[in-house]
Amino acid sequence: MRSFEKKPRSRHATFTRRSLLLSGGMTTVFGVLAGRLYQLQIENGEIYRNQAEDNRINQRLLAPLRGRIMDRFGVALAGNRRNYRVLIVPEQTRGGVAATLDALANVIPIDPRMRAKVLKDASQNRSFVPLVVAENLSWEDFARLNLDLPYLPGVQPEVGDTRDYPYTEELSHVLGYVAPLSVDDKASLADTLEVDNPLHDVPGLRVGKRGIERTYETSIRGRAGASRVEVNAYGRVIRELERDQGTPGTDVHLTIDRELQGLIHEKLKNDSAACAVMDVETGDVLALVSTPGFDPNSFNVGLTPDQWNDLTNNDYKPLINKVLSGAYPPGSTFKMVVALAALDAGVITPETTFSCTGAYRLGTHLFHCWKRGGHGTMNLKLGIKNSCDCYFYQVALKLGIDALQASAHRLGLGQPTGIEIPGERGGFIPDRYWKQATFKEPWQVGETLVASIGQGYVLATPLQLCTLAARVASGMQVTPRIVHSLGAQVIPRTPPEPIGFSAKALAAVREGMSAVTNEPGGTGYWWRITDKNFAMAGKTGTAQVRVITRAERATGVRTNESLPWALRDHSLFVAYAPIEKPRYACAVVIEHGAVAAHPNVQVARDALLFAQQRDILGRVPAYPVKSASASL
Amino acid sequence: MTVRAFDATYRSVPLTHKLVDVQWTLVVLIVLIACFGFAALFSAAGGSMSPWAAPQMARFGIGLILLLTIACVDLRVWMNIAYPAYAVALLLLVAVELMGRIGMGAQRWLELGPLALQPSEPMKITLILALARYLHGIGPDDISRPLRLFVPLLMIIAPAVLVLMQPNLGTATLLVVGGAMLLFLAGLSWKWITSAAIALAIAVPSAWQFLLHDYQKQRVLTFLNPDTDALGAGWNITQAKIALGSGGLLGKGFLAGTQSRLNFLPEKQTDFIIAIIGEEFGFLGLMLLLGMFAAVIWNGVNISFQARSHFGRLVAMGVTLNLFLYIMINGLMVMGLIPVVGIPMPLVSYGGTAMMTVMIGFGLLMCVHVHRQVTVPSPSSGI
Repeated sequence: MRSFEKKPRSRHATFTRRSLLLSGGMTTVFGVLAGRLYQLQIENGEIYRNQAEDNRINQRLLAPLRGRIMDRFGVALAGNRRNYRVLIVPEQTRGGVAATLDALANVIPIDPRMRAKVLKDASQNRSFVPLVVAENLSWEDFARLNLDLPYLPGVQPEVGDTRDYPYTEELSHVLGYVAPLSVDDKASLADTLEVDNPLHDVPGLRVGKRGIERTYETSIRGRAGASRVEVNAYGRVIRELERDQGTPGTDVHLTIDRELQGLIHEKLKNDSAACAVMDVETGDVLALVSTPGFDPNSFNVGLTPDQWNDLTNNDYKPLINKVLSGAYPPGSTFKMVVALAALDAGVITPETTFSCTGAYRLGTHLFHCWKRGGHGTMNLKLGIKNSCDCYFYQVALKLGIDALQASAHRLGLGQPTGIEIPGERGGFIPDRYWKQATFKEPWQVGETLVASIGQGYVLATPLQLCTLAARVASGMQVTPRIVHSLGAQVIPRTPPEPIGFSAKALAAVREGMSAVTNEPGGTGYWWRITDKNFAMAGKTGTAQVRVITRAERATGVRTNESLPWALRDHSLFVAYAPIEKPRYACAVVIEHGAVAAHPNVQVARDALLFAQQRDILGRVPAYPVKSASASL
Repeated sequence: MTVRAFDATYRSVPLTHKLVDVQWTLVVLIVLIACFGFAALFSAAGGSMSPWAAPQMARFGIGLILLLTIACVDLRVWMNIAYPAYAVALLLLVAVELMGRIGMGAQRWLELGPLALQPSEPMKITLILALARYLHGIGPDDISRPLRLFVPLLMIIAPAVLVLMQPNLGTATLLVVGGAMLLFLAGLSWKWITSAAIALAIAVPSAWQFLLHDYQKQRVLTFLNPDTDALGAGWNITQAKIALGSGGLLGKGFLAGTQSRLNFLPEKQTDFIIAIIGEEFGFLGLMLLLGMFAAVIWNGVNISFQARSHFGRLVAMGVTLNLFLYIMINGLMVMGLIPVVGIPMPLVSYGGTAMMTVMIGFGLLMCVHVHRQVTVPSPSSGI
């Protein structure tokens, strides 16, 4: 019994001793926990508070809604529509962008081209920059994606807006298009875009690349907004804390009449052609067509290589805005310039006559008239009406190239008109100094003769020819403009100065132009406007694009029909209407149209008739436009 | 010749006396700690009683009744059923190995009709009881004899291996460490302790190589350098630290913890619940919780010291040490000092079985207190 008592006592002592040892250990651990808490919560509390803030709030930039582009009657030519799209944030993916794209491909269709592009962009952009993976998804695809989102870290669905061009090809060259900002663009577009603007990191941002979209990019794009959202650990948005919608871009009101534009485009769409219609008083451009066009919507999404090849390898060059960037020999449409210059210089009067025998000999060289047998005796009116080359050779001989150049400049040729669309070319009017400087050879008199029929070095854009017609019609130095107002702000214009040619000279040239389309035998008689109230004055033109050799003349000039398309003559026509109180001017160029009377130059008649009839309907424009009755 | 161990000194005490004898300050501490848990669960659900706070309260209520019931049952009854209870718990572990369903990537649950049981939980209690009973019966010198030591070691290792196979590294470690501590308290010689330490030093690298699952290795590796995988496995650690740290001194306020409310915290209602408390109630809130836990443990050690029976002392200390181990491992884990292991914070974390285990443990602790005057004759080596 004694030993029975003793043993528990000794093990009790051991137990107590060791319990106290463990209690000491436990106290130490509690000390460690408390110390760690102090370190985390008091010492480093600030750091973690900041991290918690970052965790919680995610800021996303919102691309502002682009301003619309409207025609003169308020018809939206460029607008915005809903776009369901998917973005990927490389730094939030698990297992890399490629793996996430593979997983995503099981949910929604992913274009292999887009996949390659995303992978390329992912390597070039900062990893927090979201990249667009797919756009314009159907609602079904978009809904399915949202269901699978928890398994796709780094994938963000978004409802955005995309640029929409309802009239597709019709206005492609006027409006231009928008496309994603490429890495190269950030440097090359530095003139219109602020460098390092945070907006450039907005996923799917589109910037204007051509046309009005490009010129007014800074006004149309607006100011970027931001959305601050609370997100959870999986990146799912819990709620939006605040949203700054940004400022939508400014609407741009054009002077374009969409219906007129459509009418012209419809007529010319199968040709390689350009046409401009403008108000002779104000310079407002009512139509500016270049065919063939392209669908600007396709640039928004991104072109396939095939589409791109079709556009770039097409002989008709759909990407070139021919109405501003195409410089053509004006041909006989230049004869008004020669006539006005000669009248102004006093070397001829309207009654001065020259004879035409079918060719004019200067030294050893024969200068041919388009009519083999010749026109006989020609005065100014007949010279214009018959477009007699020999008449103008002899006028030009008296005039000289320098005086001709000065008058051509006064009539709007030889320099850009300043229309608000990028890419305009200035055309060209030569002079003897330029010839000497460029070719180290003196100007030849024969070259003056060639210039007098709008050939040789003389080049003009269709828009310049339209301006020429408008200046002849109004006697004022009107310049074309296509933008009426930005938002509510009307772009101020200085009223045009008189052109400086005498009324008598102008009247003589107008009489000749009127004869072209209204007197039997005139080169444009066949497509005259028969209604006297709307009657049109005009001038045809044919521009030779190849040299006709003496040998060919000997054997017979080849007909245009026998030539390859690219060697055929250009067909041109300039006109204004009505004859009494001119309102509208028009110029048409059909590339390689082969004959002056190419059926499609008749579009000028249709356009002028339509524009005048529209005035009578008295449709009220979306903004104040100087009315026809008030203008004269 | 079998002698019922408690026959000699058994005397009946009225139930009312026993209830009066319950250490009510300890009960109040337990209730206060549980209330911290309710608040955190309410907050974790975004300010809602469902799905966590309400069931937790109900379970705590049942647990409290269980605690008092167990406390009033004579200590010697528990001693008597120690082995059978251990045997049942061990069988359940085998059963879960054979037919348990997969839950959370591990076989830890056994479906018994409508009940889903985690048999590793009752094992935590029955191992203490069985070890205490065994150690009660042998002297301080006997324990160091290889043959005598073999039995308790087997009692520890058998369930630990079964739990490890589930696999549940955390609970297996707890069983081993808890059991080893009881052996230590019973007077295991330092010779054994040193050799065990050396054996451990050899075993850990080989266990790493052959026994640990990939996700377990991943947890350790991630712990060592959480930044390598800040969105993957390191996420838990990083986010828990941010939650705690951003709480600062006073916290962001009740229901204002952004980390937990925005689901930045994974398993926030279970293993990482003190991150919510730290975020919303700050340093002071967590220190209050830790202080209450320390008081509970101090009470437990005290109860153990006052018990007259060796069985009672061992049970009280075993329960207290287990509680401490839970608090320590969970605390160190959430604070980013040890790898992530699936060990909840007792009384605070959401979970039915864990709550019951803790309350049964407290019941036994209280039972030792109520029956502190009871002496249990030790069947000495002579008998």
